[in-house]
Amino acid sequence: MRLRVLPKERVPDLVRALMADYRVWGPKAKGPQFAFEPLYDPAEMRLDYNISILSPKVALQPPQERVAVFHLDGGFTVEPVIEAEPTVIFGMHTCDLHALALLDKAFSADFPDAHYLERRKKTLIVSMECLQPCDEHSFCKSMGTWTADSGYDLHLIDLGDAYGVYVGTEAGEALLAKYAQARPATDADVRRLNEVMSTKWPRFPHRLNFDAAELPSLLATAYDHPIWAELGDRCLSCGSCTNVCPTCYCFNVIDSPDLSLKEAVRMRRWDSCQLDEFARVASGENFREARAARQRHRMFRKGKWLYERFGEMGCVGCGRCIRACLTHINIVDTFNAIHASQHRR
Amino acid sequence: MTDSIYAPRMARLADIRPMTELEKLFVVEFPDGSSLGHQPGQFVMLSIPGVGEAPISISSSPSRSNGHFELCVRRMGDVTGVLHRMKPGDVVGIRGPFGHGFPIEQMRGKDVLFAPGGLGLAPLRSLINQVLDERGSFGRVIILYGAKRPAELLFRDELEQWAARDDVEFHVTVDRGDETWTGNVGVITTLFPKITVDPRNTVAVTCGPPIMYRFVLMEMLGKGIPETQIYLSLERRMKCGVGKCGHCQINNLYCCKEGPVFTYAQIKNIPEAL
Repeated sequence: MRLRVLPKERVPDLVRALMADYRVWGPKAKGPQFAFEPLYDPAEMRLDYNISILSPKVALQPPQERVAVFHLDGGFTVEPVIEAEPTVIFGMHTCDLHALALLDKAFSADFPDAHYLERRKKTLIVSMECLQPCDEHSFCKSMGTWTADSGYDLHLIDLGDAYGVYVGTEAGEALLAKYAQARPATDADVRRLNEVMSTKWPRFPHRLNFDAAELPSLLATAYDHPIWAELGDRCLSCGSCTNVCPTCYCFNVIDSPDLSLKEAVRMRRWDSCQLDEFARVASGENFREARAARQRHRMFRKGKWLYERFGEMGCVGCGRCIRACLTHINIVDTFNAIHASQHRR
Repeated sequence: MTDSIYAPRMARLADIRPMTELEKLFVVEFPDGSSLGHQPGQFVMLSIPGVGEAPISISSSPSRSNGHFELCVRRMGDVTGVLHRMKPGDVVGIRGPFGHGFPIEQMRGKDVLFAPGGLGLAPLRSLINQVLDERGSFGRVIILYGAKRPAELLFRDELEQWAARDDVEFHVTVDRGDETWTGNVGVITTLFPKITVDPRNTVAVTCGPPIMYRFVLMEMLGKGIPETQIYLSLERRMKCGVGKCGHCQINNLYCCKEGPVFTYAQIKNIPEAL
């Protein structure tokens, strides 16, 4: 892997230069928290952020987007709406990078989804190594997502006064060549980088009490576990957990006419398996009416089913669902409790 | 221009036939005369621009396509409500066909037992007519059909044809009769004692309201038909039809992709399937 070194003071110029040719998304302060948003001024970018409220998936699968316009003229013609512009996502953490691998597979499988994929094709990822856990809720080390060796175009590692920059793709190389004067790494840079990475290791705790590779088989034993009823009793069905999850991609499709009645728009909107009506059919039957069943559905998606379908774990250990839950439903505690109870038997 | 999997093709309602108080049969064709190219058991996503989209099973047999296909639709919500007010010549949007249909090749040479309940006849009619059009390549054809009331029986003209055929064993029942009804009264399971089957050589196919499955499956299993030879067509909410939106998931299965036709063996250990 090629390593370059970019002095930190050059980052604002790099971002400014990118902004001329790309929409650049980066972490910005939002009250006491952080959010990935389009940057309009390099000074807004906060690469010292711990975690963003929503994952940077918002840049690739927006909460709401048009997918088609119907022109009504007695009959109708359909115009697909593929809204993709050259984009750079700057400062993505590696948990979210791993989540992106899952989204890429989900939207490519069987029936490729051009709305996501065209946007993805035009998006360059500049990711960033975390040198400490965001807070007590992150469990990226347990999920193996606390670092990454692929999935990015460029990857930044904080070396103090400069960033070490791993080049992951030709597109990343070209971007670096055109927009930043990064110098090749010296032996001293490599030594510094190795030192930074080795001091990183002990700072990250394991929070799962078992190997995450066991999750799918552990959950296979836990479909009727009493913990689902407990979670169901606490869950408010607000959908916050799925909104903030970097691997949740379920959506609704909604049609509406415009006021002229000459056009109609088909929108896709984030949806949540935690909402009461998600699995309700026209006849009124609801196949996951109990909140316990809906929480179980979410946990099984995260720990088992998505992995079995796509070969990528549905949970990347970012801890967002834990922070967002108003009733303190905690995916780590849930998995650990199941593990503990199955080992007591 | 890049295509969107969410953009439907325009299709025209060639004919609309009233069937019951709540159901109509919509004959649909594409303006260029192309055929849908479906398999029995598949479904389409039917759009009404500006109103919405709903998954609808295909009722006609590919063997009778003639450049059109048929959808038997109950008036239930926004989309089907507007559809029911449409007239021949009006346009709708169609995406599909989608999903995994009935494995007709594996049914050849076997006896086929159909047990549709109510609107469950809509998807099964596609397969029934395909089987009847290739009657020689199947063994016995047994159809047990149950509806709530005589007025809710679908495809009445075809029911009469099936009843009149020597090579179809046809039994129909209603939960409650009326003054004109002289046939069987009782739920669909009351028809099963009327037939005997050779279980190893029988493929059973059912579709109906969720409550019905439990009892019909008991009858089928009671006759010794193997779980892998019992096929069900399941209903789910669907927003994309192509395995992405998540609404139709039955645990780890996507009803729109791995289904809507499943064997009983595939779903018997999934409590939320039925």
